[in-house]
Amino acid sequence: MIEVIAAGPYATVQDLGRPGYGHLGVPCSGAADAPSLRLANRLVGNPEGAAGIELTFGGAGLRFTTGAWVAVTGAACPLEVVADGMMTRPAMLAPFWVPPLGELRVAFPLAGLRTYVAVRGGLDTPAVLGSRSTDSLSGLGPAPLGAGDVLPVGPSEDLPALTVDAVPPGTPREVLRVVAGPRDDWFAPGALETLCAQPYVVSQDSNRVGVRLDGAPLPRAREGELPSEGMVAGALQVPPDGQPIVFLADHPPTGGYPVIAVLASDCLGAAAQLRPGDRVRFRLDRLAPP
Amino acid sequence: MIRRAGEHALLVETGSLDVSHRLDALLRAHRPPGVAEIVPGPETVLVSAPGADPSRLLPELARLLGTAAAHAGQELPGAPAVTVPVVYDGADLREVADLTGLSPTEVVERHTGRELVVGWLGFAPGFAYLTGLDPALHVPRLATPRTSVPAGSVAVAGPYSAVYPSASPGGWRLLGRSPMTVWDVAADPPALLTPGTRVRFEAVTAS
Repeated sequence: MIEVIAAGPYATVQDLGRPGYGHLGVPCSGAADAPSLRLANRLVGNPEGAAGIELTFGGAGLRFTTGAWVAVTGAACPLEVVADGMMTRPAMLAPFWVPPLGELRVAFPLAGLRTYVAVRGGLDTPAVLGSRSTDSLSGLGPAPLGAGDVLPVGPSEDLPALTVDAVPPGTPREVLRVVAGPRDDWFAPGALETLCAQPYVVSQDSNRVGVRLDGAPLPRAREGELPSEGMVAGALQVPPDGQPIVFLADHPPTGGYPVIAVLASDCLGAAAQLRPGDRVRFRLDRLAPP
Repeated sequence: MIRRAGEHALLVETGSLDVSHRLDALLRAHRPPGVAEIVPGPETVLVSAPGADPSRLLPELARLLGTAAAHAGQELPGAPAVTVPVVYDGADLREVADLTGLSPTEVVERHTGRELVVGWLGFAPGFAYLTGLDPALHVPRLATPRTSVPAGSVAVAGPYSAVYPSASPGGWRLLGRSPMTVWDVAADPPALLTPGTRVRFEAVTAS
C-alpha cells in the first residue's frame, strides 16, 4: 500500500487510458506523456500499461507501508527516500528500493511538467471501463489524489526480474513536428507556414485536455462551423481566435473547430511536458497523401 | 474524400449522417486489424489505428465507404430501437412553448410524435445527439447555461434533443426527465443510445 502524504499541485492515477469508447463520448485519457509511464513500468518489470502516478509540478510525498521497487520518469525532479531515519537520493530513470514504511519525496522539476512514479506490481485501484485513469474532462475514474489517500499495490511475484538498470535521459524537444490536416484547407493560404514560422508560448490555461498556445493567430479561409467530427490526441485545434490548442490525453473525442495539423506521434509526450511560459516551435513533416 | 488525421488516423468524409452510420456499422462488423477507435460524426467517420500506418487501410476503407454510400437512404439493418419514457415537467417546458408558439401539450405531442435517431455522441460520456427533431421544436440554447443539470433530464437545443446521461453543466432547454438510465459504466455497452439507435419518447406520469 502507498499512503499519499502530499500530492503536489495536481496528481492522478494513470495507465494507458480507455481507448475504444470515443464513439460513446468517452475520452481516451491515460498518461499524458505515455512514453514516460511506459518506461517507468518497464524499469520495474511491470507491463507497460500498469497504473502509476502522474504528478504535475512534482511536490509529492508517498509512504510505502510495504517495501517496493519504484521508478520515476518524465520531468526530472530531485528525489529523496527517507526510511529508518536515513535519507538517500535515488536517481530518476532507474529502479530503486523503498524500504517498508519508507517515504519517497518528489521535489519540483526544474524543467518539464509531468513526472511518473511506477511501483512494481502496479497500482491496484478500481478500474472504470477497463482503465484506472482519472479523466479530468469527463470525470470518469477516481478523483485527483489528495493527502490521506491510500493506493493498493498489485502483486509482483509473477513479474519478470528487473533486467534494466538505467536509461539515459532523453534530450528535450524544442521543436515539435506536425503533419498537415485534416482541415488545413479551412485556413488562409500560408497558415501552416505561420504556424511554423515563430515560437508559441504555452498558456496558463493548459491542462490534461490540451496545451493552449499564444502566438501568431492562424486565420481562417472560411467562416461557419465545421460539423462535429472525431479528434485525435495531438490535434492542433484552432478556435475562432486563431490560437491553437494541442489536444492531450483527456481531449474530447469529437470537436467542431478545424484541426490545422496533428503532432507526429513521437512528439506527443514532449507536448505533455510543456509548462506554462515555455516556448515551442512547430515544423511541418511532409507525409505522402493518403 | 479520405483525409489524414496525423500519422495513425484517417478521417473519412461520408457527406451525410446516414452514410456515417452505415460505414460505422460496417467497420464494427468487419473491424480491420489494428483499428482502436471508430468515431462517427455528422459527415465523417474517424478511424484510428495507433502504431499502424493507416494508409494500408485505404483500399478497405474506400471499398466500405462505397458499400455504405450505395445503400444510403435504406433502413439501417440491425439498428436498435429504444422507447424512452419521459415525465414532461421540465423547468423550460413553458418557455419552449412560448418560443415555439405552441402549447405545452403540443410541445409534448411534437416531441413524442416522431422517431429520432442517435446521430453521434459527444460533450460527455453517453451524451447522444438525437437527430430528426420536429422543426417546430428547434429553439436556441439558454443564454446562460445551468451549472448543473440532473441526470435523466430530457432537453432540446437547435435541431437536437438529448437525455443527459449524468449530472453536468448544460445549456439545453429542459422539457422533462426520464427514469431510464442511459449511461452505466457497469453495462456493456455503457451507453444505451449508440450511433444509429432509433429513439421514441413516450409521455408518462410521475409515479
